[in-house]
Amino acid sequence: MSEDLVGKVAIVTGGASGIGDATCRLLARHGASVVVADIQDDLGARVAREIGPLAWFHKLDVAVEAEWEALLAAVLARHGRLDILVNNAGISGGTNSVEDFTVELWDRTHAINLDGVFLGCKHAIGAMKTTSVRKPEGGGAIVNISSIAGLIGSAGPFAYTASKGAVRLLTKSVAAWCAQERNGIRCNSVHPGGIDTPIFNPLWQMVGHEAGKNFIGSRHPIGHMGEPGDIAEAVLYLASDRSKFVTGSELVADGGITSGVQRRTLFAAP
Amino acid sequence: MPRLDGKTLLLTGGASGIGAATARIAIDEGANVVVADLQVEAGEKLAAELGAKALFVRLDVTDEASWIDAVAKTIARFGKLDGLLNGAGVGVAASIEACTLAEFQRVYRINGLGVALGCKHAVLAMKSTGGGSIVNISSILGLRGQPTTPAYSASKGAVRLLTKHVAIHCGQHGYGIRCNSVHPGYIDTPMIAPRLATTIDNMTGRQFLESLHPMGRLGRAEEIAKMVVFLLSDDSSFSTGAEFVADGGVTA
Ligand SMILES: NC(=O)c1ccc[n+]([C@@H]2O[C@H](COP(=O)([O-])OP(=O)(O)OC[C@H]3O[C@@H](n4cnc5c(N)ncnc54)[C@H](O)[C@@H]3O)[C@@H](O)[C@H]2O)c1
Repeated sequence: MSEDLVGKVAIVTGGASGIGDATCRLLARHGASVVVADIQDDLGARVAREIGPLAWFHKLDVAVEAEWEALLAAVLARHGRLDILVNNAGISGGTNSVEDFTVELWDRTHAINLDGVFLGCKHAIGAMKTTSVRKPEGGGAIVNISSIAGLIGSAGPFAYTASKGAVRLLTKSVAAWCAQERNGIRCNSVHPGGIDTPIFNPLWQMVGHEAGKNFIGSRHPIGHMGEPGDIAEAVLYLASDRSKFVTGSELVADGGITSGVQRRTLFAAP
Repeated sequence: MPRLDGKTLLLTGGASGIGAATARIAIDEGANVVVADLQVEAGEKLAAELGAKALFVRLDVTDEASWIDAVAKTIARFGKLDGLLNGAGVGVAASIEACTLAEFQRVYRINGLGVALGCKHAVLAMKSTGGGSIVNISSILGLRGQPTTPAYSASKGAVRLLTKHVAIHCGQHGYGIRCNSVHPGYIDTPMIAPRLATTIDNMTGRQFLESLHPMGRLGRAEEIAKMVVFLLSDDSSFSTGAEFVADGGVTA
């Protein structure tokens, strides 16, 4: 076990499942205190319990500003500080294209995937700039989970694509602001390719887990889907002081998809 | 032959700035032009000035019913739709720490959802009539970071990527519809008036914005409009899902 996050306090939204679950476990393994923040209480509490004393669960709907305020108050009351925020909570919004999306679906997708990230950045900066260590070698770190859908086009979900493109550029705006303010906070985005998590449950229900996984895997140059831990490792790097010179950047972990091949039907059913 | 001969174009934000400049050039290039905007007075004045081949419709880009109405009026008057410019947008400066959720959502609704709805209703109108071209105005802030514009940056990042979805979706379905994004630097239009009125680092707002551009000046609305006209015309017939930058060298 490495100890590079010992003494640091991290919030991971969407921490109850998939990439968030794996990220909570990895950050704790590196010594961070981890707040598992999610709307799913049972799963979230279980992740925290399995991690042990370093972790606790806090129920959070990322789209609700009052819940962010309550979360930050609880974190500061308990730890007196905040160093890391991973804005990971997200939904696919289901199948939709430019032709058939509805305003209702657009709003629901953006409330979580974009407003949630905006609120997280806004409130975390407030807490981090007064409480996180501001040594020359590092300070607060915000990691936003975008997607390859924020980098390249696809025929996949339209509202999701817009939201992930928005998160990519919001990240750069936040990074530029924090740099200009010299507040010691860095902000970066992570762009996963297809990762085998419950976000694909609707597809698994249609075609079966193995078949679906093989199909999506075959669209990746590397030949298979990624695991949640593959993304957790990318988050760990951006959350730790090892990336102290990295801000406003895009870390891609996608099995080669954005290298330009075989991207077209990633989100389509086989 | 004029480059837009016989084409019918719907231009949002058509009453001002880049949209109005596009309307003027499009008329010269032989198009029928629907000036669509929230600003009724300015929009009607421009349409009257442009003559019989122009029509003004009041459009609130955030309201789907308003889009349905604008497209219906376009088709009622000119028979079909061949191109859409999503040029309506708002610019607001407030840092991530200062920007409220309500303000963030307001900007994103106009600049993000507004473009998405435009694409939707243009695709629905054009897919059965031989296709067409959609041009979405993103920004250099859809390409790189800017400290005081989290809402604007997010919305322009969304436009950059949703454009690619539209291009791929329409390409795969064989609709004959192309969709591209345009990324202007700072253009001297009413949108940047508030920035011009500030002072920064002992420079006027104008001097500061000019200094960001290697070419040392702001862009003119006509310079963007010409790029938009190229993309709306058949001259760009193999371009889709692409990013067209006109920024005086900023992103270089
Ligand atoms: N799995 C992939 O292939 C993939 C690819 C690219 C990007 N991503 C992104 O990674 C992130 C995590 O996705 P995942 O694959 O682990 O999915 P997941 O469904 O396993 O996990 C998402 C978690 O977010 C939580 N959540 C949803 N709405 C919430 C809300 N309003 N407030 C708080 N929590 C909420 C869910 O309860 C769930 O625990 C998402 O942002 C997703 O868009 C995933």
